Amino acid sequence: MNPFAAIGRAVLSLLAEIGRLALFTGRSLKALASPPFYLRLTLQQFVRIGYLSVPVVGLTALSTGAVLALQIYLGGNRYGAEAIVPQIVVLGITRELGPVIAGLMVAGRVAAAIAAEIGTMRVTEQIDALTTLSTNPVKYLVVPRLVAAVISMPILTAAGDSIGVFGGYLVATQNLGFTGSVYLKNTVDFATSADINSGLIKAAVFGFIVALMGCYNGFNSRGGAQGVGAATTNAVVSSCILILATDFVLTALLFHTA
Amino acid sequence: MTAKIKLIGVKKRFGSKVVLDGVDLAIEPHTSLVIIGGSGTGKSVTIKSILGIITPDEGQVLIDGEDVTHLKGADRDPLMKKFGMLFQGGALFDSLPVWENVAFGLIQGRGMARGRARDIAIAKLAKVGLGEDVAFLSPSELSGGMQKRVGLARAIAADPEIIFFDEPTTGLDPIMADVINNLIASTVKDVGATALSITHDMASARKISDHIAMLYGGKIIWQGPTDQIDNSGNEFVDQFIHGRAEGPIKMAVKA
Repeated sequence: MNPFAAIGRAVLSLLAEIGRLALFTGRSLKALASPPFYLRLTLQQFVRIGYLSVPVVGLTALSTGAVLALQIYLGGNRYGAEAIVPQIVVLGITRELGPVIAGLMVAGRVAAAIAAEIGTMRVTEQIDALTTLSTNPVKYLVVPRLVAAVISMPILTAAGDSIGVFGGYLVATQNLGFTGSVYLKNTVDFATSADINSGLIKAAVFGFIVALMGCYNGFNSRGGAQGVGAATTNAVVSSCILILATDFVLTALLFHTA
Repeated sequence: MTAKIKLIGVKKRFGSKVVLDGVDLAIEPHTSLVIIGGSGTGKSVTIKSILGIITPDEGQVLIDGEDVTHLKGADRDPLMKKFGMLFQGGALFDSLPVWENVAFGLIQGRGMARGRARDIAIAKLAKVGLGEDVAFLSPSELSGGMQKRVGLARAIAADPEIIFFDEPTTGLDPIMADVINNLIASTVKDVGATALSITHDMASARKISDHIAMLYGGKIIWQGPTDQIDNSGNEFVDQFIHGRAEGPIKMAVKA
C-alpha cells in the first residue's frame, strides 16, 4: 500500500467532511432566518436542553467551585497569598470553567440525545417522511434545537457561575477560615461585567456547537442501530473537541491577547 | 394525454455503483403502476428521485408534463403537496400521537387549524379501518399491520394526486398483507389518485396495479398491463414472478 495515497485519502475525506459540515451549517442558518417558525417545538427543546440540564450543570459547577477554592488556597499558601481565593475563584469560574464545564456537560447530555433521536429518525425514514409531508426537516428539527441551545446555554452558565462561586464560598467559609461577608465582598468587588459577559458569550457559542454537531451527525447517520451509535459518539466527541478549540480562540479574541 | 409521471433517461450512481442506468417510465393519470425487481435494483432510488429526496445525475423527471428534476427548496413546495407516500417501515413520528401523524401534512404543510385537522385525521383513520380510540395512542403501541394502516391514512390525508407505496406488504403476515392490498386498491380509487408502488411481493403487485414494470440492471426491461405479466415472453420477468433461483438473473450470493 502506498503511504502517500493513504495520507491523501485521509486529507481528502477530512476536507470533504469540513465541506459537508459547512454546507449543513449554511442550510441551518438559512432555515433559521425564514418562516415557518416552530414555536411549540422550540419551547419543548428549551425544556429538554436547558431546564433538564440544570441538575448536572449545577452539580458540576458546585464541585468545581469547591475544588478550585481548595486548590487556590493550597497553592496560594506557598506564597502567603491564600487570601486571594475569592478573586481567583470568581475569575476562573466566570471566564473559563463555568462556560466550558457547562458546555462539556451539555455536550454529553444533549449532543448525544439529539444525534440519537435524529439519527433514528434518519434510519427509519422519518426524515424522508417529513419531506413528503411538505415540511423542511432542517427547519422542523435543526432550527428549534439550535435556537434553544444558543439561548439556554448562557442562562445555564449564569446559574452555573453563581453555584460555582457558592461552592467556593462554602469551602472557604467552612474549611478555610474565611469570613462569609468578606468573601462575598471580595468576590463582588473583583468581578467585572466583562469577566461574566465573556463567559456568557462563550456559552452561547458552545450551545450552537453542541446542537449543530448533534443535528449534523444525526442527519448523516447511516445503516441502522450501529450507525446511530456511531453518530452519537461522533456528536459528543466532536462537540467536546470543538468546544475546547473555540474556547481558546474566543478567549484570545475577547481579551485581545493573541 | 400528458403522463402524470414521466421519467426520461434517469441515471444515478453512488460512488462507482451505477444504480439507475437510464430509466424510462410513463404513468398515465388515475392508473396504478407497480415496479417489481429484486432487492438493490434501484426501486427505492427511483421513487426517491421522483420525490426529489435524491437528485438524478442525468435525465429528467416530469410531473404533469413539467420538468421538476432540479426544483429545490420553496420552488418545490407546491409540487410536494401533490404527493403522499407510504414508507416501508411506516416511518411514523414516534414523538407524536397517531392522529397527529395523520394530520401532520395538514397542520405543518398547509397550516390547517389543529382541531379541524384532527377531525380529518379521524375520518381518514376510519377509512383504513381504525377507530377513534387508536387516534390517541402512540405509534409504538401499534402492531405492524396497524402501523401500515396509519401510514396509509397519513399518505392519503391531504388527498394527494400521486401516492407512492414502498414495499407496502413487507413484514406483514399473508392475511394482513391482503387486507392492506385491498385497502390500497380501494383508497387509491377513492381518492382518484395516480399510484406508483414498488414491491417484490407478486401477490401484492397483481392486486394493486393496472400496469407492471420490471426494473433490472438499472433499466426498465419490461412494462405492460398486469394481466399480461404471465405472457410477457421475457425470461427475466418469468424467472422473477415465479421466484426461481435458476434463470438469467444471477443473484450475488456472496456479499
